[in-house]
Amino acid sequence: MQATRFFKKLITPSGCVRNFASQTKKVTLIPGDGIGPEISAAVQKIFATAQVPIEWESVDVTPVRNPDGRFGIPQAAIDSVNRNKVGLKGPLMTPVGKGHRSLNLALRKEFDLYANVRPCRSLEGYKTLYDDVDVVTIRENTEGEYSGIEHEIVDGVVQSIKLITEEASKRVAEYAFQYAKENHRSKVTVVHKANIMRMSDGLFLRCCRETADKFPEIKFEERYLDTVCLNMVQDPRQYDVLVMPNLYGDILSDMCAGLVGGLGLTPSGNIGLGGALFESVHGTAPDIAGKDLANPTALLLSAVMMLRHMEMNDKADKIQKACFETIKEGKYLTGDLGGKAKCSEFTNAICEKLA
Amino acid sequence: MSLLTRNVARCLIQVSSRNIHSTAALANPPTKPQQRVKCTLIPGDGVGPELIYSVQEVFKAADVPVDFEPFFLSEVNPALSAPLETVVESINRNKICLKGILATPDYSHTGELQTLNMKLRNELDLYANVVHVASLPGVKTRHQGIDAVVIREQTEGEYSAQEHETVPGVVECLKVVTEAKSLRIAKFAFDYAVKHNRKKVTAIHKANIMKLGDGLFLRSCEKMAKLYPRIQFEKMIVDNATMQLVSNPHQFDVMVTPNLYGNIIDNISSGLVGGAGVVSGASYSASHVVYEPGARHTFSEAVGKNIANPTAMLLCASKMLRHINLLHYSQQIYTAVNNVLKAGKVRTKDLGGNATTNEFTKAVILSLK
Repeated sequence: MQATRFFKKLITPSGCVRNFASQTKKVTLIPGDGIGPEISAAVQKIFATAQVPIEWESVDVTPVRNPDGRFGIPQAAIDSVNRNKVGLKGPLMTPVGKGHRSLNLALRKEFDLYANVRPCRSLEGYKTLYDDVDVVTIRENTEGEYSGIEHEIVDGVVQSIKLITEEASKRVAEYAFQYAKENHRSKVTVVHKANIMRMSDGLFLRCCRETADKFPEIKFEERYLDTVCLNMVQDPRQYDVLVMPNLYGDILSDMCAGLVGGLGLTPSGNIGLGGALFESVHGTAPDIAGKDLANPTALLLSAVMMLRHMEMNDKADKIQKACFETIKEGKYLTGDLGGKAKCSEFTNAICEKLA
Repeated sequence: MSLLTRNVARCLIQVSSRNIHSTAALANPPTKPQQRVKCTLIPGDGVGPELIYSVQEVFKAADVPVDFEPFFLSEVNPALSAPLETVVESINRNKICLKGILATPDYSHTGELQTLNMKLRNELDLYANVVHVASLPGVKTRHQGIDAVVIREQTEGEYSAQEHETVPGVVECLKVVTEAKSLRIAKFAFDYAVKHNRKKVTAIHKANIMKLGDGLFLRSCEKMAKLYPRIQFEKMIVDNATMQLVSNPHQFDVMVTPNLYGNIIDNISSGLVGGAGVVSGASYSASHVVYEPGARHTFSEAVGKNIANPTAMLLCASKMLRHINLLHYSQQIYTAVNNVLKAGKVRTKDLGGNATTNEFTKAVILSLK
């Protein structure tokens, strides 16, 4: 129900949330750790060249001790995202064993980021074994296998609980169809394992079926997880938009990224009730941090997704085109794509196309 | 003098008898058994029966001394299905079984959560599923030279069939991981690696999120790895593993996985080498082996069209013959299938050809030597 209301707000042009296009809009920027600051700077430079009407509000999310004694995200950062409703985030390092949970998880909880969207597209100019991939994975992000409810019943016997609720399943299904409609996609495939997990995945499947009825113009298809795995590596062309529970989405989105050349090239967006956060999902790469060697493509494409979310489609198209062309020409490729260019050279090449 | 002649004569007899022996050995393969072997046969759903027919034709042509005990077992066709107990009794007796894929519907008439496949596995305690994924000669795929083994625990984990609806609209599904079963599958994987001269075992997990459940699995693998110092041990998070599989599959040797991840990895790697029609597998318990295709798809849309690829099933049969020590026949069928694939003249639809299942089977029979 909440979700429906949220979408109504999204689609109605008079809604207060999305009326961005006319004036300069503030966006929260979380540069992140490691290579994060460099690639964020690159994105900012490209956006400035393209004259995108965006004002960046840079915030630090290094955990601080809250009044209750626990470590968490600084209140200033939370307020900023809540105010702006849109954020862009570089890679974050999760220190192991420092007594606070993963920052990514904390952000997800804080802003109710229920859907993770990862478009994967083969890039011209960077050759992999797969040159015909164009899929979007949409993953339920708040429950399922990653609910974090586990207990050891007796010594040596552990139960992990996978939690599936109708509410969460419905809202992610609805988002998937909405996304397909807005982005002119023709088909939504629900990926499930309802033949094994008959009740939980069965519920997810049922929610997707019910939602599909509301979008008759989008083709709907049901596939078992194993069938999708098998077919995806043989012929990825047969899939378009995929919607699935948490774990399957985690696995499939990374696998699809593998098909097109890794996490350095694939953007990601998290859609939530309290705002949307776009991010690059690769690591912080501490070994090349500060050396001007990182590839900003993933973060740039995430920023492009953000522009689409804010309905600045023309700017988004322009920047995306410049980025793809630069990669296609192959003159200024960073080390991970087999080139020798520096991050700044790659950025400048894109800027030249935009100027 | 008489002593001398007697000795010479004995020598001569010995030599000649040895000669008789050696010619006999050439005429008859040394492994040709005196008695016939019984094997339980479950054709399965979808194209299973067509594939099994292909195996039976090849067995007939090669004169393989195996008698099948066929049972129609099916969950989507419960009225015609043989009772599970009968099938289990037969496998218990024969110790080996050749099995097609059983279709698993999303619901059950009796409202049960456990599927027939799970019941069979639990009944026989078929805990280890082994799928050897290797690039085949003559099969054109994007990746070449893949040679990996996926070992999957298949009696617990996500496939525990324990689910409940706490309140309407909220379902909990239990994933059960036990130390005993995790240790058992880890030991199986390392033993397999030792026996088959493999260098490395990779444990696939998601212990960063499921700290207790997958953590227990991972710890069990680590514990077992200490006992096999000559085998290299590695661990990899499942999402990264799938990404590595599609971009750089050659780094993998033996993989050991919990239930669901095994299913995923099996299917991805099968896709890399040519699909569900060409990859064979086997499920082991302490005392039985069930041979079945590695990627479990019934291919029901092809039923009766005579287009399914029998390669996986024939390779299963060949592996089964090796297991019961009919090495000659096993090698004969294996070579014949390989030769047909390598020649590339008779290819089924999944490999880009137009040949029918029957034509492929005939080609295999013709190249039996």
